[in-house]
Amino acid sequence: MSLPPHVARFTGGIHPMDGKGLSNGIPARTAPLLEKYLVPLHQNIGAPPKLTVTKGELVKKGQRIAEPGGFVSVPLHAPTSGTVGNLTEVPGVAGNTLQAVEILSDGKDEWGSGLDPIVPWQEADRKVLKQRVADGGIIGMGGAAFPAHVKLSPPPEKTIDTLIVNGAECEPYLTADHRLMLERTEAVLEGAAIAARILDVDRIFVGIEENKPDAVEAMKKAAGAFGIQIVPLPVRYPQGAEKQLIFAITGRAVATGGLPMDVGCVVQNAGTCAAIRDAVVEGHPLIERYTTVTGTPVVHPGTWIFRVGTPVKEALKLAGGVREQPAKLILGGPMMGFAQSSMDVTVTKNTSGILLLAGGETGRYLSSPCIRCGRCVSVCPMRLLPGPISVMVECENYALAEHNFVMDCMECGACTFVCPAKRPLVQHFRRAKAEINAIRRARKKH
Amino acid sequence: MSTTFLAAVCVVGIIGLILGCLIAFTAKKFDVEADPKVEKVRELLPGANCGGCGFAGCADLADAIVNRGINPSRCTAISAEALKDLSAFLGVAAEEKEKMTAVVFCGGSLSRAARKAQYNGIMDCRSANVAGGGGKACAYGCIGYGCCARACPFGAIEMRDGLAVVHPEVCRGCGKCVTVCPRNLIRLVPASVKIHVYCSSADKPAARRKVCSAACISCGKCIRADGQGRVEKQENGTVRINCENPPDISLAETAGCPTGALQTEEAHRAIRPISPKETQK
Amino acid sequence: MSESPIPEKTPQPDIMLPDPKKLILSASPHIQCADTVPGIMRTVLLCLIPPAAASIYFFGFHAVRILLLTTLFCMAFEWICCKLAGKTSTLGDYSAALTGVLLAMNLPPGVPWWICLIGSFIAIVVAKAIYGGLGQNPFNPAAVARVALLVGFAGPMTAWVTPCQGFFPDEGKAPAAIQVHETERKPDFTTGATPLSLAKMAKTPEEIQALQTPDLLKQCFFGRTQGSLGETSALAVLIGGIALILLKIISWHIPAAMLGTTLIFTWIVSKADPSLTPGPVFHLCSGGMMLAAFFMATDMVTSPTTRRGKLIFGSSIGIIACVIRIWGGYPEGVSFAILIMNALVPLIDRICYKRPFGWHPSSAAAYTMRRGEVK
Repeated sequence: MSLPPHVARFTGGIHPMDGKGLSNGIPARTAPLLEKYLVPLHQNIGAPPKLTVTKGELVKKGQRIAEPGGFVSVPLHAPTSGTVGNLTEVPGVAGNTLQAVEILSDGKDEWGSGLDPIVPWQEADRKVLKQRVADGGIIGMGGAAFPAHVKLSPPPEKTIDTLIVNGAECEPYLTADHRLMLERTEAVLEGAAIAARILDVDRIFVGIEENKPDAVEAMKKAAGAFGIQIVPLPVRYPQGAEKQLIFAITGRAVATGGLPMDVGCVVQNAGTCAAIRDAVVEGHPLIERYTTVTGTPVVHPGTWIFRVGTPVKEALKLAGGVREQPAKLILGGPMMGFAQSSMDVTVTKNTSGILLLAGGETGRYLSSPCIRCGRCVSVCPMRLLPGPISVMVECENYALAEHNFVMDCMECGACTFVCPAKRPLVQHFRRAKAEINAIRRARKKH
Repeated sequence: MSTTFLAAVCVVGIIGLILGCLIAFTAKKFDVEADPKVEKVRELLPGANCGGCGFAGCADLADAIVNRGINPSRCTAISAEALKDLSAFLGVAAEEKEKMTAVVFCGGSLSRAARKAQYNGIMDCRSANVAGGGGKACAYGCIGYGCCARACPFGAIEMRDGLAVVHPEVCRGCGKCVTVCPRNLIRLVPASVKIHVYCSSADKPAARRKVCSAACISCGKCIRADGQGRVEKQENGTVRINCENPPDISLAETAGCPTGALQTEEAHRAIRPISPKETQK
Repeated sequence: MSESPIPEKTPQPDIMLPDPKKLILSASPHIQCADTVPGIMRTVLLCLIPPAAASIYFFGFHAVRILLLTTLFCMAFEWICCKLAGKTSTLGDYSAALTGVLLAMNLPPGVPWWICLIGSFIAIVVAKAIYGGLGQNPFNPAAVARVALLVGFAGPMTAWVTPCQGFFPDEGKAPAAIQVHETERKPDFTTGATPLSLAKMAKTPEEIQALQTPDLLKQCFFGRTQGSLGETSALAVLIGGIALILLKIISWHIPAAMLGTTLIFTWIVSKADPSLTPGPVFHLCSGGMMLAAFFMATDMVTSPTTRRGKLIFGSSIGIIACVIRIWGGYPEGVSFAILIMNALVPLIDRICYKRPFGWHPSSAAAYTMRRGEVK
């Protein structure tokens, strides 16, 4: 094992309010079985899976219902045993529409994934383990939704020497990874060890923010057996962002436009590691996850284990509903999550939180001019110039915005959080990125 | 005193003369040969630099017309009169080209379209698209924040009751609005076609009615009333007028469209905010 | 982990769910800090209370008159400009009121009312509204107004008033040239010329030395001197300025750079040639140096956004101001220095901008668009 790493400090960052006290002390509860689940097909980055079951077909819990649509794709599995219903549509998180397949529960909830446990995995072939990760339908559960087996298949020219488990959970209000690391400590660590075996690395770090001291303790106690090092990290948003996390733990800076594998690192979310362990050791594909339902308008905030395809409506009912009309319903955290306009949206494999914000807690964007105060410049973790770039985007000068590195913006929202003029900076950058990508695509065609 | 005065005048005068000669010399030496024909053609073109011809502005088109054999009718923004003058000057017969106009294929004004949430952000359609798609419930309809109106170099698009409406007599068919609309609602059609189905929703028909009272529900009444295949159902479920062989505008009355999605262009332009009571048909 | 319990019955009907139509849809992030632009302007106004109070203490009615006049005129002009431009009134962001108070701090107490009017017009209309309003102006509005008045109306702009003469003091007259008998007496900062004018007129090391006695320096620091409203009491401005830094409205970079550079520069020059200029304490406490360091040069709109840029900006202002004070034609050079550096702010920001996190020369290939290619 390597020497303890010196935790490096990334420039910028903010300290928004914590909000985790609403739910971090409550143990996670398993959600009761619903009568119907609406499982969206395209939950991952990459090609959408192709449906392989037809209406009326009987399926078992964990049975494959959709094939991967390519290499950068994952299969889909039934969240419970029952009958396949209609192919319908549900709203996606970003205001789009997703195809979804209904699974009508038969109440028996019987497993039938067709995947045998691979024990002992320490002796299994690496390719077999990696195929199991792919067969388990596992994607990045921290919000990125990138197929895990692709992340664990770096090209041969990239030498990987470090696996970093992301247990930072830097977003306010969210406690899903916190409870997961407390309650399923060995599962997370074992999953990390399996991933490390697939990658053939022996340096494994778990980064956990210091606002979760009980999780740090629990993980430290169990980590020795797996040869994993727990790294407590200072509390600063966005400490859990991939590039900042790698920099903090290893001191290596990922190049702009580059990927973690360029500096020899692979980052996986703690929930993804637990899912890898379940797929390998139990033969259970990814059909449920830890999700925080929280916010001051929620009657009983807490962490739940939801099956994929649970409508948010049902999730909120389990949490006791709301005591007042909230101003916003957000899937994800308050800094990078998506505001929703429909209660029909469902829990997917990467839904880390269902957050409701009251009117006084959420800001309101204004169309006011940039006063060049420079606060955004001092908090940007990517060291960009958010204020000036937003003015360029307003003037529709996308060439100048690209020249000022807007494509490196990771949309963490730190700049918008501190802006006193309440300008919608992240929206400006998203717009600029969309326009620049469209221009690049059009150029490639000619 | 007078000698100083005279001396000053002489010195300044001589300097002026020298500089003047220098300017005249450099003007002649570094003169750029400008083809007077290209200049004249450029003057005859409308000068809007709208790009509808596909060239980089009116100067580029003028050069293309004179030197690369492009027909002057390539300019979409030119009026018929000016086109005659231009063709006469060039001694070339202008190709007969149908005047095209842009049409926004949506009838979801704020009075007719259901809202899905209150949008708070940049009041621009393309920006709203990256933040959940604006405040209207229909995922295919006009977002209504005026992107196309701002893009039009001729001011032909007006935002009426939260819906973009094109004025065909002002529209020159340059196509800028077509590229800018994030929902691809705008198409260039022949200006002679005066009846359209103002809906582009590819939703299931039952779902369309829930989100907008002006939606086409693909009931097929207009297709049957016409009976000659001049109104066609597309692959994605939308209904479209065949612009090569359009029906007469009287079809708008005789077809009995249940939602009013089939409208004459004139009726569509008369959109105004209406009270909720009137929308309950 | 996922062995399911017996399905529960449907939940009780009195559970309230959100009405989706009343939800707000916006881009992330969905929480923001509590700071607002009006809040920042209000805090700056609060931190201007010590200098304003000091000016009222020293100059009585004159200070009140000028403060009221400039603030009202500035707000009136801003309202008129908004009306003419068809925009909703921006008086609510307190920036016009702030410009008014800062302009007042820059004016001598004896100026007539029409100087306040012209100054407000120049500050709001010429230096701000014409560029597009808040956030768009390249030059500090109060500095522009002060310099324009100084150059255009030099006479009224030297209408000094003797401090501490009660609430209705008489207006003193600035001496056109120093009288012989004045240099034979001990210099007095309360009557006659301002400390900086006396420093400009003093020619020999003894005269310079006579301006720096501990008593006189104390006067400069606490404020019993001639000068504009905000230029007399360095202590009051210091209190307000440190409050601004502690409240995190401004960062320490510009004041520290400006005052630090002034200190070092004047120390070196005064040591090298004692007949040129008094030492650093005199320079720091006299004239508009303190006011400019904390309130004028730190104006967010017209100062660099990067921290390194702020340091360069502050030090350059310090040097230019001292150069004008020592060798230039005017006794006070801070306002000119601010305007000169305002013009260079875009250049400073360009030079001082660090590369993004993880920038590598090879990533330049990713940036394929050339400037002006797509608009």
